[in-house]
Amino acid sequence: QESQASGLPEYIKIVEVGPRDGLQNEKVIVPTDIKIELINRLSKTGLPAIEVTSFVSSKWVPQMADHKEVMRGIERHPGVQYPVLTPNLQGFHSAIAAGATEVSVFGAASESFSKMNINCSIEESIEKFEEVAKSARNMNIPVRGYVSCALGCPYEGNIIPAKVAEVSKRLYSMGCYEISLGDTIGVGTPGSMKRMLEAVMKEIPLSALAVHCHDTYGQALANILTAIQMGVAVVDSSVAGLGGCPYAKGATGNVATEDVIYMLNGLGINTGVNLYKVMEAGNFICTALNKKTNSKVAQASFCTGTV
Amino acid sequence: AFPRRVKVVEVGPRDGLQNEKNVVPTPVKISLINMLSETGLQVIEATSFVSPKWVPQMADHTEVMQGINKLPGISYPVLTPNLKGFQAAVAAGAKEVSIFGAASELFTKKNINCSIEESLARFDEVMKAARTASVPVRGYVSCVLGCPYEGKISPAKVAEVSKKMYSMGCYEISLGDTIGIGTPGSMKEMLTAVMKEVPVRALAVHCHDTYGQALANILVALQMGVSVVDASVAGLGGCPYAQGASGNVATEDLVYMLNGLGIHTGVDLQKLMDTGTFICNALNRRTNSKVSQASCRL
Repeated sequence: QESQASGLPEYIKIVEVGPRDGLQNEKVIVPTDIKIELINRLSKTGLPAIEVTSFVSSKWVPQMADHKEVMRGIERHPGVQYPVLTPNLQGFHSAIAAGATEVSVFGAASESFSKMNINCSIEESIEKFEEVAKSARNMNIPVRGYVSCALGCPYEGNIIPAKVAEVSKRLYSMGCYEISLGDTIGVGTPGSMKRMLEAVMKEIPLSALAVHCHDTYGQALANILTAIQMGVAVVDSSVAGLGGCPYAKGATGNVATEDVIYMLNGLGINTGVNLYKVMEAGNFICTALNKKTNSKVAQASFCTGTV
Repeated sequence: AFPRRVKVVEVGPRDGLQNEKNVVPTPVKISLINMLSETGLQVIEATSFVSPKWVPQMADHTEVMQGINKLPGISYPVLTPNLKGFQAAVAAGAKEVSIFGAASELFTKKNINCSIEESLARFDEVMKAARTASVPVRGYVSCVLGCPYEGKISPAKVAEVSKKMYSMGCYEISLGDTIGIGTPGSMKEMLTAVMKEVPVRALAVHCHDTYGQALANILVALQMGVSVVDASVAGLGGCPYAQGASGNVATEDLVYMLNGLGIHTGVDLQKLMDTGTFICNALNRRTNSKVSQASCRL
């Protein structure tokens, strides 16, 4: 009712990336059983999608070396999706063998970032993803596409919206059901978010778009608000704001799921997620990681004992 | 459409320092304000003329007021809870003062031990004296989006108190989300009610970031035409109602967002960050500004 009148989506799907994007970017590596426990707890919060792990070589991402064990060890709750990252065909096959039923591929809107991150050009990476998409299509496995550096690149600086739209369109055309636009270094503001989305929305239907905002400069919630005002109805976030920024030492990364839900609740937007249960899961993983939460809602709530 | 310009009201030296655990010596306060005066900020809330019995951190209000460089074009308002405080402030050189009301009866009772009506009657004396002395008065309304004691606060109540203070002669009303509990939803509802009674050009928002909602709330206020925003360098000032939680929104993070929106503030972000670094070192604490955290290592 309230959200309808304001032109905002009535329902927003939250994609929880803590166990993958979050843990991958934490200094402390977490044992397999803790990862599984975290995911099982998140499965009980009402979250519709939980990114579980990454089928990349453990040489590159040691934090995700236990991908098979995690995939096989988690409880699979009905109505919850458990996507995993698959950078290439090999990773894809490995993921399917381990029981994955949804995968994600990661493109970038910046050539330099693509080169530095996965040692190939955007075009070459798209070719690899096309192989994954083809196999996935044959097996009826949905594929989610990520576009990194959508609002800025640690190497190139400014990224033009047209480039983001171009890469998004390539991923969407190859069969990705959803494109998650990532502000990888959190430099974006409501100004650049609006311009970027306007360009992308010319190429991709709104219903297939998601935003993945980092809070490195404190702009995430304002950027997410801008996106949902434009009709975006899928938002990525990370429990307890897990995951620092590999490009700015000591700075924060992912926006905290708790803080996003608090805002959406206040806007009268339905997410299906129980905020208190997410805070409990956040408390669990922060204890295991021996760190303070990055969620302000959790900080404020645990201090006063009220929600 | 957003306003072309936004006036940033810097409350670090008062609201910020008042709510920090560590007390800062007078020369450091003066240096802080002097550094802020070099950043392009047009309004810097310098101190509070309350009894040191209640607010020991502001005990040196006279020395601070007399010690700072007062640059032309910059306003240095001070808090004055009553006529006595007002007179002391003017004697010490203050040219602008602020008074603090609240949209919650319980909060007013707990905070200054009287009802909203009684507090406004006290302020009436200050308003009269200020008018006579040609001193502009800014009015604050606390608890506009929620109260630590009463919980929900009705937008109509906020509008009522704001209207009273505006009618008394306050040139600007700063609407404070004192415990940071508001969201873009409640901010919009509250402003809609207040804007029926007070012109939007006389409104400011004072958002706390206790629940991480400040910039989103400020964004909504800007979208509704508000063009004055309070903030605190380095996000100084915790929340007295939630131990260990944050309070004021960081000026650096606000300016970063406004810059990204192409909104003019006149503030030099680098100089602001340097000032934040200075005061955090003096307080022996980490900054609450994410922009500052991200930038210092790049």
